[in-house]
Amino acid sequence: MKKNSKETAASADNHFQLRLYVAGQTPKSLAALSNLKRICATHLDGRYRLEVIDLMKNPQLAQGDQILAIPTLVRNLPKPIRKIIGDLSDTGRVLVGLDLRDLQVKSANKNAGA
Amino acid sequence: MEQRNSPAHHNIPALEKTPSGIIGLDQISGGGLPRGRTTIVCGGPGCGKTMLGLEFLVRGATEFNEPGVLIAFEETPEEMARNVASLGFDLKDLAERKKLYLDFVYVEPSEIQETGEYDLEGLFIRLRHAVDSVGAKRVMLDTLEALFSGFSNPGILRAEIRRLFRWLKEKGLTTIVTAEKGEGTLTRHGLEEYVSDCVILLDHRITEQISTRRMRIVKYRGTKHGADEYPFLIDENGMSVLPVTSIELQHKVSNQRAPTGVPDLDAMLERKGYFRGSSVLISGAAGCGKTILAAAFAEAACKTGKRCLFIGFEESTDQITRNVKSVGVNFEPWIKKGLLVHRAWRPTQYGMEMHLLRIHKLIERYQPSNVIIDPITNLITASTEKDVHSMLMRLMDFLKERGVTSVFTSLSNVGEIAESEVGISSLIDTWVLLRYTEIFGTRHRGLLVLKARGMAHSPELREMVITSQGIKLGPADALLAYRDRERQPQLDDQAPVSQNVRSKGNRSTAATRRSSRGAR
Repeated sequence: MKKNSKETAASADNHFQLRLYVAGQTPKSLAALSNLKRICATHLDGRYRLEVIDLMKNPQLAQGDQILAIPTLVRNLPKPIRKIIGDLSDTGRVLVGLDLRDLQVKSANKNAGA
Repeated sequence: MEQRNSPAHHNIPALEKTPSGIIGLDQISGGGLPRGRTTIVCGGPGCGKTMLGLEFLVRGATEFNEPGVLIAFEETPEEMARNVASLGFDLKDLAERKKLYLDFVYVEPSEIQETGEYDLEGLFIRLRHAVDSVGAKRVMLDTLEALFSGFSNPGILRAEIRRLFRWLKEKGLTTIVTAEKGEGTLTRHGLEEYVSDCVILLDHRITEQISTRRMRIVKYRGTKHGADEYPFLIDENGMSVLPVTSIELQHKVSNQRAPTGVPDLDAMLERKGYFRGSSVLISGAAGCGKTILAAAFAEAACKTGKRCLFIGFEESTDQITRNVKSVGVNFEPWIKKGLLVHRAWRPTQYGMEMHLLRIHKLIERYQPSNVIIDPITNLITASTEKDVHSMLMRLMDFLKERGVTSVFTSLSNVGEIAESEVGISSLIDTWVLLRYTEIFGTRHRGLLVLKARGMAHSPELREMVITSQGIKLGPADALLAYRDRERQPQLDDQAPVSQNVRSKGNRSTAATRRSSRGAR
């Protein structure tokens, strides 16, 4: 029983809900999007949902998630909410920001083992 | 050269200003804040920065039809609305009526991870959205420097703040940016380097356990402004800045007269009384009858249908009403009619600025033609002489500007003139000096008009007799007799009458002369 409930919690933890806030098609925004897609493909394959919000089109959405910097990546799930600002070019820091360090270590070990 | 330069000079359009709507601030800034520009309001914690900015927005929205945007970095709109509700500002209502847009910008560094290049376009988008939503003309950013704690890259931040100020200017938004005062700098992060149009510094000092807030316009490019420190207050009606002195003496004078309430004293003042709109000082030792003389004036004013505001620092309304009744001055019917407004409070209750403001407000509210302050010397117990002097000067300026006749009483030692009186004497138009002497175990009061600008006043010293029917002035026989014998030197210096007496050297002659004049 105990084991099962742990697994359920873990699977919920494993599902990532991400929002990327951009402002038009600026180089920084485009870079952030492609960097994010790459990281997600590597580390969160199939376990994430990504929503890209263009504040140029929907400026009223900036207030809700307290967006100041562009680009901003918001991790809404799992809790707590985390924010990563910048073009996400530093993969290491993005993983730290998303709290994916453990996964990174695991995958590194796996790679080393193989 | 001069001639060639001056037309060019006249072609330069004057800097346009936006009235802030804050009492006094628009006076000292020569019309308000620079229109379409950014003004920095800086000062330590609790100095009233946010209050100034909020009032600027609220007045703009309610009085000048200029909607505003508030971007709050430190307090949520709910907190802010609560804070200013006591001032009668309803932010929620203004927001609902689309006169005000409130946005709370929350910066929590622990939640944010920085990776790679970014800018603050999000802030711009929010600001633009806010401005467009209400058609804002005014903006307040409170406190912009909170950004410095949220973002670790100062290079990006500074570039973005510079861009923000440029954007605000391009949009023609009249903006207030608040900032904490730094160590030896106006603002902690040097915001004044980006904005050079107008910088206002606020200060909150506690002297003798009484707090005084002060404001100074440190810089106002291209405009003449008051450079002094101006005291200001925040009370239930918002902020009021009090110019220390008005720049020019340009009040209109009146040739009309106001009866003093004592026919015998009127007789000494060309048989007419004080000039309307002039300031009168009644000074003398304790028990000389200063308050009674002032009260007689109040009653006389009411009888002519003019409203009188009586401010007492010693006696409550009931007490003074009872006391002056015993000498034939009846306040009750006039208070009932609303012609006499008596207010009493302790001099130590407030700092000087608060006193001044309270008086200002009563004057604004009741629009009296006459104001009595009894006594001004009590104020010194609550402050320093210099502050009292400056406060009285401003008060007299204010009263003269409005053409209000003012009577001040002042307690001085026997035969002396209090220092505070020396300080304000130049502002006094008519100075009535009361004193008493004891002769054979009886006290006699003397009255002397020390000066009366613009009229040929009587130089006589008269005996003042307080009867149950009011004040009567008699010949100064008894006083003269006494003085002739004692030859008090300081009396001789001030009273030309006694010099006369001394030169004559004949007591009975002098006495006859006095009595004949007194009977006249």
